[in-house]
Amino acid sequence: MYGMGMVKGLLVTLKNLTKRPFTVQYPEERLKQHPRFRGEEFVWYEERCTGCASCAKFCPLGIIKIVTSPSETAPAQGDKYLLEVFDIDIARCMFCGLCVEACPYDALFMGSGFEQSQYSRKEMVIGIDQLRQADKHPSTFFRPQLESAGYDPHQGQPLHWKDVGRESWRWHQHEKAGMRLESAAGSGNGDPIEAVDDLNSPDLGGTAEDAGAPEQTQ
Amino acid sequence: MSPDNVLYGTPVYRFVYELVGTVLPCWISYVAAGLVIMFILVNAVLMGAAVFVFAERRLIGRFHNRIGPNRWGPFGTFQPFADVLKLIFKEDITPAAADKIVFLAAPIVMLAPAILMLAVVPFAKNTALADLNVGILYILAVTSLSSVAILMAGWSSNNRYAMFGAARGVAVLISYEVPVVLCLLGVVMVAGSMSLADVVEAQAVPFLLVQPLALFVFLAGVSAELNRTPFDVAEAESELVAGYHTEYSGVKFALIQAAEFGGVVTASMVVVTLFLGGWAGPLADYLGWFWFLLKVGAVAFIFIWVRATYPRLRIDQLMAFAWKFLLPLSIINLFATSLEVFFLRDSQGVLATNDLWIMTGINLALGAGCIALFGSMIREKIKPVTWQPAAGTASLTVGEVT
Amino acid sequence: MPIHTEPMTINVGPQHPSTHGVFRLRVTFDGEEILEVEPVFGYLHRGTEKLAEERTYVQIVTLTDRLDYVSSMINNQGYCLAVEKLLGVEPPLRAKWLRTMVAELQRIASHLMGIGFFLQDLGTLGTPLMYGFRTREKILDLFEMLCGARITLTYMRPGGVFSDTPPDFWPALENFMQELPTEIGEIEQLVMENEIVLVRTKGVSPLSPEMAINCSVSGPVLRASGIAWDWRKMEPYDAYEWVDFDVPVGANGDNYDRFWVRMQEIHQSARIIHQCMEHIEPGPVRLDLPLVFRPEPGAEAYGRVEASKGELAFYMLSDGGVSPYRCKIRSPSLINLTVTEHLLVGWKLADMIVTLGSLDINMGEVDR
Repeated sequence: MYGMGMVKGLLVTLKNLTKRPFTVQYPEERLKQHPRFRGEEFVWYEERCTGCASCAKFCPLGIIKIVTSPSETAPAQGDKYLLEVFDIDIARCMFCGLCVEACPYDALFMGSGFEQSQYSRKEMVIGIDQLRQADKHPSTFFRPQLESAGYDPHQGQPLHWKDVGRESWRWHQHEKAGMRLESAAGSGNGDPIEAVDDLNSPDLGGTAEDAGAPEQTQ
Repeated sequence: MSPDNVLYGTPVYRFVYELVGTVLPCWISYVAAGLVIMFILVNAVLMGAAVFVFAERRLIGRFHNRIGPNRWGPFGTFQPFADVLKLIFKEDITPAAADKIVFLAAPIVMLAPAILMLAVVPFAKNTALADLNVGILYILAVTSLSSVAILMAGWSSNNRYAMFGAARGVAVLISYEVPVVLCLLGVVMVAGSMSLADVVEAQAVPFLLVQPLALFVFLAGVSAELNRTPFDVAEAESELVAGYHTEYSGVKFALIQAAEFGGVVTASMVVVTLFLGGWAGPLADYLGWFWFLLKVGAVAFIFIWVRATYPRLRIDQLMAFAWKFLLPLSIINLFATSLEVFFLRDSQGVLATNDLWIMTGINLALGAGCIALFGSMIREKIKPVTWQPAAGTASLTVGEVT
Repeated sequence: MPIHTEPMTINVGPQHPSTHGVFRLRVTFDGEEILEVEPVFGYLHRGTEKLAEERTYVQIVTLTDRLDYVSSMINNQGYCLAVEKLLGVEPPLRAKWLRTMVAELQRIASHLMGIGFFLQDLGTLGTPLMYGFRTREKILDLFEMLCGARITLTYMRPGGVFSDTPPDFWPALENFMQELPTEIGEIEQLVMENEIVLVRTKGVSPLSPEMAINCSVSGPVLRASGIAWDWRKMEPYDAYEWVDFDVPVGANGDNYDRFWVRMQEIHQSARIIHQCMEHIEPGPVRLDLPLVFRPEPGAEAYGRVEASKGELAFYMLSDGGVSPYRCKIRSPSLINLTVTEHLLVGWKLADMIVTLGSLDINMGEVDR
C-alpha cells in the first residue's frame, strides 16, 4: 500500500530511540585508542639520537628544526653529535609519521596523546627540554618491536630508552652507525652523515621476489 | 468596568479578580487581574517553548542514536536557557538595507499568535482565560497572523533567501488554511458549538475516533503552518540557509525560535482539545491538567518523531498535497459528517453517545478508504514519466562495454 | 493588469549549508525555477600539484590524503599505483590484497557519507546521516588500528603498505563485517522505500548516457546513467582481478539512480572485503624501496583507480630527481561537476540542492 515506506521509516527511528547511544561523552568517557595511534607529543630518546636529522629531512612540511655540534670525541669514533636545538612545530604538523619512519636509530616515536591545545602558536612548538622531560609513552606506529611485545602506550608505564627495542626493517639494518651503547655487532665506521647519504642514493631496491623483503610481524 | 464582560465570566479570571479585589478598587483590580493572567500565559508559552526545545533536541538525539544536549543542569535541562542567554548577549545585527521598523516588528508579530491562541485553550475544567463562544473561529483568525509575520520578516530583511522563504511560507500558509478550516467545520458540527470547552464536553467519544479524517488533515495542515518537516519549505535549512529568518540574530532570532516552538506547543494543545478529549480522563475534576499535559506531550512527541524521520517535500508537491489530497479529504469529511449529524441527531439537535459510536464506525471506514483512494491517485500524478522500475544489478566481465 | 516579474540571481555559496564545501553557484531563478547556472570553484585551491613537484615520492602520499578527504585510502592507492608504474615495480601479493581490502572499506565509508549528505539535502534532519556516521566510525576505528590515523591515513607507500596489520585487526574486521548488513539495512529500510524520497528523486535531473560520456563523467554518476564502466573491472589493479563482484547500473540516470547505485556498491564492497579476508595470505607487505628514490629520467606513468567518486588518476613525469617533474591529478569530482548545468537548468531550487548532493562532490578534490 502507498505510504508503507513512510511507516517503515517511522519504525526504524522508533527502534533507534530505544537503542543505547553510540556516542561517548568525551571528557568523562574516552574512546579506546589503539596502540598505533599517531599522537601529538612526540617521544624522543636523546640517548639514541645521533643528530642525523633524517626526521627533519623527511618531514614533508619541514617543521622539525635541529641544530647539532660535534661532540668532544669525534664522530669518527662512533660518537654522536650533540643536540642543541630540537624543535617540532606541532601546530603545523600533520602527524603523517614519516619522521618516525625515517629515524634510523629508533630515537623518535609518535606520542599517544591528543590534548595539546594551546592559546598561541608559539606555545605549540615542542622544544628540546620538553622532549627530554616528557613522560615517554611511545606509540607503536612503525615500531613492530613494541607491537610484538604487546605494548600499549595508553596503559603501560613510561618506557625507558633501553626497553623500546630496535625495529627489524631491512633497510634500517644497513645502517653504518650502530648505537654506541649497544654492542653494535657488524657496524662499520660510525659516520651518521654517510648513513643519510645512503638513504638518498638512487638505489631502487629489489622486487617482490627479493630475498630482502621486510620481515613479517604477523 | 462592567463585570458582565465576557472575560469576567470565566472562573479563573473571577478568582484572580476577587483575590486582588479585596485590596484594590474595582476597576484597577479588573486591569490588574488581566495583567496577572497575561503574564502567566506569556510565560507559559515561553516556558512551553523552552521545554519543547529541550525535549525535541534530546529526543531527536536519541532518534539519531546519540545523546543530545546534556551538559547544563540535570540531564541538560538548562540547555534552552543557556541558548536564550547566549542569544541575548549576542550582537543584534540589522542589515544596512533592511526596512528597519518592519524588521524589528516581524518577530514580535510572529510571537503574538502563539500567545494569543492560549487565551481560549481550556487546561482543565473551568480553567480557560476566556471561554469564548467562538473559540475555534478565534484560533483560526489568530493563526492566520503568522503569514503576515513571515512576509514581514522575509520582505524587510532585503535578502533573497529570506524573500524566497517568505514567498514559500505565505503560499503554504494560505493553501493549508483551507483544508484546516474545512476539517474543523466537521468538529464544530459534531460538537454543536465553537467554544473549546463545549467541544471537550461533547467528546464522550474522543473526536480522534469520530473524526479521524479531520484529525489527519488537521495534523498535516498544522505541521505545514508551523513549518515542521516534511512541510518545512519556508525555512528549509539545506536550501534556503534559514528561510525568512536568515538575517535575524540575537534577541530577535530568539523571539522567532520561541514563536516557532511555542507555536508547536500551543498547536498540540489545540489538537488535544479538539480531538483527544482535552482534560478528560480518570478523576478529570482534579487531575484534568495532568491528563491535558500528558496528551499534549504525546502529540508533541508525534511532531518530533515525524520531524526526525522524514525528508522534505518540494514546494509544488506540497501544494499538490494540499489542494489535491487534503482539500478533497476535508470536503468529503465535511459532507459525510453533516449527513451523519443530520440523520442521527435527536429533536433537540443533540447527538447521543451511541450516535457518536455509529459515526466512529462510518468515519473510520470512510477515512481509510479515502486515504487509500486519494493516495493512489496522487501517486499517479506525482509519478515521473521517465522512470522504469527494476534497474537490475548488471554483472559484467572485463572488456565488456554496454 | 499583468504583473511585472523579473529573474532573480542568487549566489548559492561559498558559504551555504548544502554546497559540500566552499563551492559557489551563481543561479538565476524565475520564481523557483532555474534559468541559468554558473558553477564557480577554486576556493579551496591549495596547489597540490605544484607542492608535489618539490616533495619526494613518499612525501607526496601525505598530499594525496587531502584530495578527497573522505576517501584517503583510495587516493593513496591511486598515487602509489602511478609511482609503481613509474618505477616498473610490483608490490608484494599481501600488500595487493591489503590495499584492495582497505580501499573497499574506505569506499563504504565514503558512500555512507555521500548517501547521508544526499539525504540531508533532501531535508531529513540528519537521521540517515547519523546512522551512516555510526557505521563509518567503526571503519575509522579499523583504520586507526591499522595505521594510527582516522582520516588522513598515509597508509600506503609506493611498493606496498607501510606496515602489516596488527594482530587484533582481523577479529575486529570480522566483527564489523558481521554488523555491517544490519546497519546498512537500517538505512535502506528508513529511506529506500520512503515515498517522499521517491517523489523527490525519481525522474529528477536525469543524465543521459550520451551526455555522461560526452562530459567524461565517471563513477557512480556514470553507472547510474546505464553505462557499466568500472576501472576495477576494465583495468583491474591490485587484487581486483581475483575477486568477484557486480557492477550496479542504473536505468535513468536520475537522482534516485545515483543514490541507488551507491547503496548497491556498499553491498558489493562488502562482498569484496569478504573475499579479501578469505584469500589473503601471510607474506611481505612492502618492497625494499628506500624512502627516497630516483626513477629513470623521462619516465612517465599514468595510474588510475576507481575511486568512490569516479576515476581518480595520477600522471607522473620524472626528470630523474627525487621528486616528480610533474604530477597531474585527474580528480573525478571536478569532471563530474561539469554536467551541473545540464542537470540543473529547468528544475527547481530544491532539486538543485538534491542533485548536487547526488553528484557527491568533494571540494578538496575539485580544487586540489
